[in-house]
Order: sequence, then structure tokens, then C-alpha cells
Amino acid sequence: MALRELSSLEKCLGLKKPNKYSTQGERKVPVLQNNNGPAVVGLVTIASSLVRDAKKTELLGNTAEQRAVVQQWLEYRVTRLDSCTKDEVKVILKELNHYLEDKVYLAGNSFTLADVLMYYGIHYIIMELAVQEKEKYLNVTRWFDHIQHYPGVRHHLPPVVVLRNRVYPSGQH
Amino acid sequence: MSGVGVQLHQRVEVGKPAELSSPCFTDRNNQTRQTEQSVPIPERRGESERGGERKAGQMKLFVSEGNPHCVKALAALELSGLKCDVQLVNHEERVVPFLNRPVIPVLLLPSGQHLFSANAICQLLLEMAGKSTDESKQLLEWEATELQPALLQALHKQALQGKSSEAAAVLKGPLGWLDQYLSKRTTSFLTEEILADIVLGAALYPVLSDPAFEVGDLPSLQAWFNHVRELPACQSAAQKVLNGKGLEALKGFLQKQPVPHLQRRDSPPSASEMEESEPVMTQEEIEAAAQAWRKGLPRCSATPQKKHPILPEEGKRNVLLTSALPYVNNVPHLGNIIGCVLSADVFARYGRLRGWNLLYVCGTDEYGTATENKAREEGLTPQEICDKYHAVHCAIYKWFQISFDYFGRTTTERQTEISQNIFWRLHERGFLLEDTVEQLHCENCQRFLADRFVEGVCPHCRYPEARGDQCDKCGRLINAVELKEPQCKVCQQTPVVRSSKHLFLDLPKLESELEQWLDKSTSSGDWTNNAKNITRSWLRDGLKPRCITRDLKWGTPVPHPDYSDKVFYVWFDAPIGYLSITANYTSEWEKWWKNPQQVELYNFMAKDNVPFHSVVFPCSLLGAQDNYTLVNNLVATEYLNYEDTKFSKSRGVGVFGDMAKDTGIPSDVWRFYLLYLRPEGQDSAFSWADMALKNNSELLNNLGNFINRAGMFVSKFFEGHVPEMVLQDEDKRLIAQVCWELKQYIQLLDKVRIRDALKCILNISRHGNQYIQVNEPWKKIKGGDDDRQRAGTVTGVSVNVACLLSAMLEPYMPTVSQTIRDQLQAPAHCSSATLGTDGGFLCTLSAGHPIGTVSPLFQKLESEQIEALKKRFGGQQVPSSMVNSAQPKPPAAVEPTVNASVSAADPERAKQLAAAVAEQVRTHTHTHIHIYIYIDTI
Repeated sequence: MALRELSSLEKCLGLKKPNKYSTQGERKVPVLQNNNGPAVVGLVTIASSLVRDAKKTELLGNTAEQRAVVQQWLEYRVTRLDSCTKDEVKVILKELNHYLEDKVYLAGNSFTLADVLMYYGIHYIIMELAVQEKEKYLNVTRWFDHIQHYPGVRHHLPPVVVLRNRVYPSGQH
Repeated sequence: MSGVGVQLHQRVEVGKPAELSSPCFTDRNNQTRQTEQSVPIPERRGESERGGERKAGQMKLFVSEGNPHCVKALAALELSGLKCDVQLVNHEERVVPFLNRPVIPVLLLPSGQHLFSANAICQLLLEMAGKSTDESKQLLEWEATELQPALLQALHKQALQGKSSEAAAVLKGPLGWLDQYLSKRTTSFLTEEILADIVLGAALYPVLSDPAFEVGDLPSLQAWFNHVRELPACQSAAQKVLNGKGLEALKGFLQKQPVPHLQRRDSPPSASEMEESEPVMTQEEIEAAAQAWRKGLPRCSATPQKKHPILPEEGKRNVLLTSALPYVNNVPHLGNIIGCVLSADVFARYGRLRGWNLLYVCGTDEYGTATENKAREEGLTPQEICDKYHAVHCAIYKWFQISFDYFGRTTTERQTEISQNIFWRLHERGFLLEDTVEQLHCENCQRFLADRFVEGVCPHCRYPEARGDQCDKCGRLINAVELKEPQCKVCQQTPVVRSSKHLFLDLPKLESELEQWLDKSTSSGDWTNNAKNITRSWLRDGLKPRCITRDLKWGTPVPHPDYSDKVFYVWFDAPIGYLSITANYTSEWEKWWKNPQQVELYNFMAKDNVPFHSVVFPCSLLGAQDNYTLVNNLVATEYLNYEDTKFSKSRGVGVFGDMAKDTGIPSDVWRFYLLYLRPEGQDSAFSWADMALKNNSELLNNLGNFINRAGMFVSKFFEGHVPEMVLQDEDKRLIAQVCWELKQYIQLLDKVRIRDALKCILNISRHGNQYIQVNEPWKKIKGGDDDRQRAGTVTGVSVNVACLLSAMLEPYMPTVSQTIRDQLQAPAHCSSATLGTDGGFLCTLSAGHPIGTVSPLFQKLESEQIEALKKRFGGQQVPSSMVNSAQPKPPAAVEPTVNASVSAADPERAKQLAAAVAEQVRTHTHTHIHIYIYIDTI
């Protein structure tokens, strides 16, 4: 899974030469073996290094503050989201929904790597949501739809249909 | 990349004694106390940072005591030399509005954003102080994804459960990896940057600074940690957060963390997975649970006594429960017991507690060749054989505490009456066909050969060992006379074809009606997956007419004058036993069986019985057109194996119902273990060693320990009276946790997931044990007034949890359940009040309630005892009463039961026979299968 998302990320970043990845351990942590230098291990670390390779460091944040926020959501993705149980899925959706209430992207007003990896990681959850649930987590859905239409992001994942008109009356929390 | 020299220089710089003085925290009222440092803020890096952005003074850091993540943040803050307000909050403080769970530390940024990841906070602070951080990121990711889950689990085990070897085992992998990583480095630090050292050093601080942890010999790791802990920033941060109390300081923090689980999934969880999820509770849910608890037990509502006969009542949930009728002429083994009567018993007891109007009937299935043969063998009449073994069955089920409302038998007047009535109705409506059947007759054995007692070459795929009714290779159904080169399985002679007139149930004519009903029943009721699949595969091939008559004597006579010398075939006749047994219980049996509007029918069985209950019997009832109650919920188990082999396969191994008693292990423990491994969804295996383990770990150390401690505290510290309870947050949290498990339990049992629901009981006592362990009432009782009140609350809540457990245990371990209530002198109606419609976890034992004498509930199973039992029952062992004469006998060619008694005289032959018979029965799909083969090779 992680490997497919890394190769999608490469395309998204416009990197021409695809890297070869392997995985290690029970959790199948992705590993990128560089020709020179030590191996790069871990989804977030590899993704960040790809961003630097593509010379698009703005995707990691423009300011120290923003860089920390991006880092935080990348961590959230690989800790909370990737190990969540069925019950926790709802919690995560609730948290993100609350957080995204007044934000366009995870790091505020600019699109970053956090958006890309969170989108890849949460896709399977959004796929399974009923229309009613999508409305319940309106801000997540709005953000998700935005990211999946961001040029070059979607790649290996099927699009998820998001209705723009609410079907169910509001007021359910 | 930033120069190494500069970095190291800065390190020295910050390594100067910290000017921070203790105490540096303030609480909310006292506003801020801050770190005021004079370390100059170095040049910042990064071209895009605009001036004025670094207003460290406007940031605010929230920390709590005993939280290792706060050590990270404080150390980084000190290293950064930035000014920042630091506020001490407690673990429950929800600083970040959008997170569901309280998370500390949090850095509130000038922009109003919250940083809730300790690692991101460290990164920001150090970056603002001009330090590079990129190189550390890989280690930080490793820390967050690999080290933290292990660390949390290890701390949990060590600090809350005192299991140091388990804690060490959990950490072995990550620590070993880190040690190796460090051994390859030339400097004493993880990277050229300080960030990784701070983050990992602080994370590992509680573990590596506490000698209680046995981390093993990891020289590079120890050397590195000694460097890091010497850093003044680290030292002072650790002092502030942990107060020099080591692990002890972490307890409060750890309790608030979700119980860590190390197993991660490779693939995302699918919608169908619900297992093992830990409750995620909001503050409101916790308050609601505590509120409900305080209500206590309703005054009145004495348990209504059962009044026989139980009949359906308007406005109630009327549940009719059957378990597959055990075949009379042998002793049931554990697999039979868990598959049918015991599973149904748990559900019956549960249903009664829930206040359903429920009738549980069962009985012995007594007709058929097997009985005839057994009678011949023992020199008795078939009726005498049935009487004898019916009593054996009754005794076994009584010992297992199976709570039948009525346990009857099939050899009754009512059986004849009802079977013949259904037969005539089918006949009148044209659902019976007449046909001449060519049957294989073995001249040597003087009998018609039942399907499974003939073998030959498959007419479809030429498989040489096809059976009389089905080919194992291609799976196609076969008519015995179509077999090429048929052989009698008993004497190996070639049988001849004889014709005889028989009656058939016209299943194809009923097929569409059946499918309509099945669609409705399987979608509205609870059918186990195996039941649905087996049924579907039967329908897929299309139904064929099925013969309902047999050339036998011991059976229900066919009333039709043309068939006066024949009886009904057992599959037609046996399920009608459910009706006739009910009719023997009450003359108003039709209120149950001809009342689908009011009655909900549950059938319990092992999976080999499914087609007869889902296809064939429903067709008989549909065809009779008499408004019969058809099955709504079909609950089928998989198989239970014995040790590493099949329960009663070729070696004659296993424990039989009557022997369980002789083991000296209490009936309740047998019930517990069988239900604990109930083959729900997949096959499972009985193992003596595992039984001892589960008894000792789950019953004795977990469940029994908790209930006993709770009761003992009341007796010892409070003169046997339940103390006053003043609920604090953590009491409420426990109550909410218990409520959540109780809810799961009810949801699971409503869906007949008996094994899964049992786990909820064990989870509750685990929570309870931990709650006692952390709160230490035995210490607090010796303290001041506040401490004594805490001890009282903890004891009072615990003893109420014990009382709840007695209710939840009732379906599984009725004797233990009653014993707990006796010991606690709990009101008789507390179980039904807890599990009934308006129930829940209630404070059933209020302050002042006197309890009785408390004593241990379980005994340890010693390994010698278990070894002896394993030897006694493990293979090739025969209880002396079962060894028959020295004369080798051929296996009785009976159907559907096979009983082969073979002595030592010819072990080779015995083996062959046993294998042959077991093989034969393996794919047997008849109504009841019980194989008992005793081989004495000693």
C-alpha cells in the first residue's frame, strides 16, 4: 500500500525516474535504497526526501511553524490513522472534521505533503462512508474532494463521489 | 548542511547549567510561570521566514506531570533558549479543542494553531533556535511509529501490572535495534543534530533510568543515554516532569492512555472487523454511565418464577429454542455437547435473564438401525436400549447443568401421531411421489445397504472410492445403484440390486416456496455463515426428490396401507421430534409450533446438520401447509477437535460426557473452557494444557482474583459492609468502561456470538484488577480521612463490578454465578435487573449493604494433574468398562451411528477398521453423527 502511494507521489511531484522501494519488518515499512548513502526508511521520511528531490520544499511548509504543523499531520497519518481500529475510525473522522472546520488544507491555507499523504491514507475510509456519514463529516468530505481533484494527486486511487447538495436535513451531530 | 562544529559548539553552550529554578510550573489560577533564560537566540535559518514571526513570547506550552512526552518538549524549550509561557495542567485537560482525547504536551502557537505532537513541538522550538532538524526526521518517525507503541505497552506492563519480564520482551526489538544503530556511529550522539537525542532520550528516560527495567546488555545504548541524561536541559526537564519518582510518576499518565496494542494491521480494517476495539469514550458518555450507575437497583421487580407449561404470550418476545437431538445409543462427547446442548443452554439462560418468554426443548433421537444393532449386541429390545441410554444422556446433561425446560425422546405416541399427520397432509397435497427403488442388498450380511455402507467407482469422474450417496472427489450426488463395481463396506462382498417400492418427498415441487422463505428467514434472522453457505450450495445444484421410507422395523410406521412393512427414514422423522417432544411437554404445543406470527425459533446444531434443518425439514413443514413455525435463526458450530487430532477419528480419543465428571474438574470449569473455545466461525481444538492455562490465568488469576479481592476488602476493611462511595473521575471512567463491555456483551449474545461475549466478562475483570492495583485500597485504608474515603470508594465500586460479573456469568457458569451472589448476599433479582430491558451497570450493592463470607471461587489445575488426565484420555486409552470381549468383532454396520469395539487380539485389523469407519463417517451428512471407536492396543 505504502509503495503504491509513494509511486503516485513521485508522479504527482513530477519526478521522472521512478525509485525502487522495498519493505522491512512486520509493518512493511517502506525502504528507499539510495545509490550513495544510507537507506531512507519510513513513509514520511521517504516522502519528504522525494519532495526535496523534486525541489518543491514549499510542500513541507514555508515557515518553521508551518513545517511543524505539516510534520505533525504526517505523524498523525502514520501513527493514528495507519493503526486505527474500526471504532477509532469514527474518532479520527470526528477530529479531522472539527479541525478542518476553518481550514482549506491541513496546514491552513496552502496545500502541502500532509494533504497528499492524509488523502492516500484515508481514502479507503471515505470510500466506505455512506452518503449520510459523508454529510456528517462534511468538512472532511469537502477537504477530501478538494484534494482528490488537486492536479496530479489522485493517480492510483478511484475517485469518490461527493454530493454537493445535502440530502439529509442538517442538525445531526 | 549546517556545520558540525557550530552545532557542537552550540551544544556546549546550552550544556551550561540551566538557570531554571524549581518549581517552574504553575497551575491555572496562578497563571504563568515561565522559563526565563539568557541563552541568546542564534541566527535563524530559512530564507522564507519573515521578521516578526518568531514571537516566542506569545507561545504557550501546556505540560502535565508524569508524561514522558513533556520531558521532550521542556528539554527542547530549554535548549532553544526561547521564552515561552509554560502551564501545568492535569492529564484530563483537553487543551486541543478538536481532539477527542486529552493530549499533552501542546504548544499553542501565536497564530492560534495547536501543535499536539511532542516531536513536532521539539522540531519547531529547535528550528526556531536555528538548529537544523532534517537529519533527525527519520529517527523521529521511527520513534513515533515503532518505539512509542512498544514503549507504551512496556510501561503499562511494568508500572501498572508489575510484569517486568513481559515489559522487557516488548522492548527487546526496538532497543536492540537502537543499540545496533548507535554502535555503528562514531560519535556518542544519534545524529549531528540535537533533536533526535532529545526526543529519543526523553522517550526512553523512564525505562533507561529505572533499574526495574531489565533491558539487557546494550552497551552502546547505555553509553548514549548516559551522555544524553547528563545534558542539563534533559536533567531539569526530567526532574520537573517526573519529580525524581521514576516509574511511579507515570502511573497517572499511563492510566489515561488507551490500552496499547502492538499488533498493527498491514491492510486497513475492513467494515466487517469489529474485534478487539478499545472503547473510545467522551466525557459525556462517562458522566452518563456514572449517572445511570447511581440510580441503583429498582426496588420491586422480583424475578417472576417460571411457571410450566411455558406458552407464548401476547406482547412478549416468545423464543422457542431447540438443540439438535442427540442420537440415543451412545454417550455424547465434548464436541457434541458444545455443538448443541451447551451452546443452546447459554443462549437459553441469557434469554431468560433478558426477560424473554423462552422455551428450551430437546430430547434423544431413538429410532433407526443403530438402535436395532445395539439391541442385538446387548441382548435387549430396542426399547430397553433406548430407556437405558436415555437415562445416561439425562445424567450427563444434568451434570453439565443444561437447563432444558423439557428433555424428551422420539419414541412416543405423539411422535407417531404428528409424523403420520404430516405424512398424510403431504400425501393429500401431492407432495409425495411413489417410485420403485433399486437398492443394493448384501446377501452375505442379509440387509439392504445404507448409502454410506457401499463404495465403488464414481460414475461421473471414475474416482475409485466414491460412496453410495456422494463422490468425495467431484462432490456430485450419486444414487448407490449407479456406482460401478459396488462393494459392501462391511464384508467386501458384491451386493445385488433388489427393487422395492418407496415414497419420496417431492422437493423440486417445493423448491420455489422454500427459496422464498429462505430469503426472508436468512435476511431477517441470525443464521451463521456456515449455515447460509451450506444451504446455498444445496440449492445451487437443484433439489431432487428424497426417499422418506425405509425397510426397517424400529421406526415410526408408515400409515399408508401399501407400505405397512416400512418405517419413516430417520431424516424425515427425527426433526419432527422437536414437535412431538414439545407435545409431550404440553398439550398446547401447537401454540409454539403453529404460530409463526408470535414465535421466534432458534435451532442449534453442528454444521453437519444444517441441510436437514434448512432445506429438508422446512420443505416437509411447508408442504404440510398447516401454518407451522419455521426456523428463524439457525446457529451452527464448526467442529471441535481433540488435542492435535480429530475428536473421535481413527484413534478413539476424546473425553466423553460421563467421564468429564470423573476428572474432578467442576462442571462450571468444563463449561467455561468449552465455551471459551466454542468453534464459532472456525474449527477449534480442545487441549488439556490449554485448559489448565485458561483455568489458571483467566479464571483463577483474573476473574476469581478480582471478585475475591473485592469481597475480601469489604470484609476486612469495612466490617463486611459496603462502604460509602464518592465517585471521582477515574471511578467514573471504570464504570464507563464496564458499561461499554456490558453493552458489547449484550450485542454479541443477541447475535448468538457466545464465545466472543465471554471475552467481555474477562475484560471487565481485567479492568477491575487494574483499577484495584492502581488505587491500592489496602494502603489507602491506613491513611488519612481522604485516603480512607478513596479506599472505600474503590472497594465499593469493585464489589459492585463483582456483582455485575455474577449476572454476566450466569449463562456460562451458573454455579459460580450463584456462589458469588451468595457470598455477596446480593438481591436475587439483580441479574435480571442488570440484563433486562432497562438494565445496565447499576449500583446493586449500596453503601451499608452487608455481605456474607467470601471464599475463593476457583482452584488451580496443577500440571501433574493435567498430565495424568492427558494420558488417561489421549488416544488408545479405553476405560475398562468399554472394552468388550476378546473376540474381534466387525464394526457394526449401522447408520448413522458407528460403534466399533475392537480388542487387542488383532491390532492391525483394528486400525484398518477404525480408519475405514472414521473415513466413512467423515463426510457423512446425516442427521446425527456420533462415532465411538475404542481401540485397545495395550
